[in-house]
Amino acid sequence: MDGKQDDIENIGDDHLDSEKKYKMIAENVSVFYDDVEAVKNVTMKFKERSVTSLIGPSGCGKTTFLRCLNRMHDMTKNARVQGRILLDGEDLYAKDKDPIYHRRKVGMVFQKPNPFPTMSIYDNVAAGLRLNGVKDRRILDEIVEDSLKMAYVWDEVKNNLKKPAIELSGGQQQRLCIARALAIQPEVLLMDEPASALDPIATQKIEETITELAREFTIIIVTHNMQQAVRVSDYTAFMYLGDLIEFNETKKIFTQPKNELTSKYVKGQFG
Amino acid sequence: MMSSSQKRAEYRLLFKQNVGGRLVVDKIMMGIVFGCVIAAVIPLGSILIEVFKNGISAISIEFLTQVPGAIGSGEGGIGPAIQGTLIIIGMSSMIGVPIGVMSGIFLAEFGDNRLGRTVRFFNDVFMEFPSIVLGIFAFLVIVLVLGHFSLWAGAFALSLIMFPIVARTTEESLKMVPMTYREAGIALGLKKWVITFRIVLSAAKSGMITGILLSVGRIGGETAPLIMTVLGSSQFFSGVDSPMDALPLRIWRMSLLPYDSAQMQGWGAALVLIIIILAINITVRYYFAKKSKKGNILSKLMGMRKK
Ligand SMILES: Nc1ncnc2c1ncn2[C@@H]1O[C@H](COP(=O)(O)OP(=O)(O)O)[C@@H](O)[C@H]1O
Ligand SMILES: [Mg+2]
Repeated sequence: MDGKQDDIENIGDDHLDSEKKYKMIAENVSVFYDDVEAVKNVTMKFKERSVTSLIGPSGCGKTTFLRCLNRMHDMTKNARVQGRILLDGEDLYAKDKDPIYHRRKVGMVFQKPNPFPTMSIYDNVAAGLRLNGVKDRRILDEIVEDSLKMAYVWDEVKNNLKKPAIELSGGQQQRLCIARALAIQPEVLLMDEPASALDPIATQKIEETITELAREFTIIIVTHNMQQAVRVSDYTAFMYLGDLIEFNETKKIFTQPKNELTSKYVKGQFG
Repeated sequence: MMSSSQKRAEYRLLFKQNVGGRLVVDKIMMGIVFGCVIAAVIPLGSILIEVFKNGISAISIEFLTQVPGAIGSGEGGIGPAIQGTLIIIGMSSMIGVPIGVMSGIFLAEFGDNRLGRTVRFFNDVFMEFPSIVLGIFAFLVIVLVLGHFSLWAGAFALSLIMFPIVARTTEESLKMVPMTYREAGIALGLKKWVITFRIVLSAAKSGMITGILLSVGRIGGETAPLIMTVLGSSQFFSGVDSPMDALPLRIWRMSLLPYDSAQMQGWGAALVLIIIILAINITVRYYFAKKSKKGNILSKLMGMRKK
């Protein structure tokens, strides 16, 4: 795709206030499933305290790319990641660092709400802390409340924190999962179509949450909903068949895309 | 070219048209399923009724607590056999359950390789072994080596029956736990073993408990391996190193005797054995139902999950 590389270089040079620094940088990242290249030589930089949307038709590699950013592919037997990913300047895939060290800085919210089924609401949020060794009840209480508030679900659950998490509605479960991810005090938040299984009201709540969180976190969100990308994100990346086609300020991607494909996609002409 | 609505109408005509006939087939299938259930329940139910009818008259405080009387006298009881069965189930579980659970965890979480496949294969072979072969094995390596029959040998033999069952059901239950929970754990920066033991295991608990109870039920009724290991006895417990009685042994001995009174006692012992196994099942399920506060206890007892 011609001009692709230019768009990427532009980021940080023209459009962005240079005060913010890059939280995460992906350099020439390719991902293979066996021999199939699902993400092809993608280079992207993510500014601190910004929201970046990944958009593109189904199967273009959005999820696959997102899962590189916290080494989730380590779990997938047939997946192989190439290239470099830097978090605060440190190589995520460095051999001498346990991936757990980085994962604690990177929270993840999945497409389908997945609260731990045998745990209460409280225990779900506290899980990441407890199982990482935090025992002080007072601190746990504080962080649980704080996280649930940040995820905008506190008011709905504060009176029955002991209730099993799976008895919540889908939207509440997803916000609970956001709270669970926030509880380990990450600096980056990865979200894979967090609202795709939810009704419009729950979706709106999640979007409000994201906007609010962007003041503190670096958020990277996969979405197939273009209005959502417009509403929540500062930057948008359009992917197609594993390639990063265009990456720019959200406004520019949707109003004056440089690439023909991007233009067609954001107008809803394919995908 | 046909319009697409014409085409769709034609597709619809390809479906079987005979709706009434299909409803009849539906009813017949239901009937067959129902019939099979009845066919399975009738013999099971009649066995239970038979055991209950014959056994209940033998049961008394004396029967449950005394050592056996003289052969054919119809006196005495099955106290040592009850005690022996409880001890043997306890000891076998203490050996078989941890080994089985650990093997199951290994197979489910780390068994996707050559070693795992080998272990799984031998585990399955082991599960199919006739129990008498395991009895002979325990006889050779424990009874003959030590020179006497013992509870240890019996517990060893029965734990060999237990652990492959527990391993397999544990593996299956763990594999049923959706990947997404493991992924959530990884994203929280948890170590693999923490995820396995604190998240996956608790989600798989109900299936694992079913497997363990199944294996307890299975060993509770084993007779052949016990003949070659604990031998049988008419005395109460005197140490894990000595022979011991057990209900299946007692039932087997008494039912072979040509006296009506002994056979009645055999029925009584059978009833006691059934009640013990049932009681273990209910207690364990009740305990775990109460521990996990969700779902009502009845549905937990039935092994169902409330959604
Ligand atoms: N575990 C896997 N093994 C093999 N191929 C996969 C796997 N996961 C995803 N893929 C393939 O990689 C491509 C990108 O998938 P994905 O990243 O899930 O797309 P998106 O999230 O953009 O819809 C698809 O063609 C998909 O079929
Ligand atoms: Mg996806």
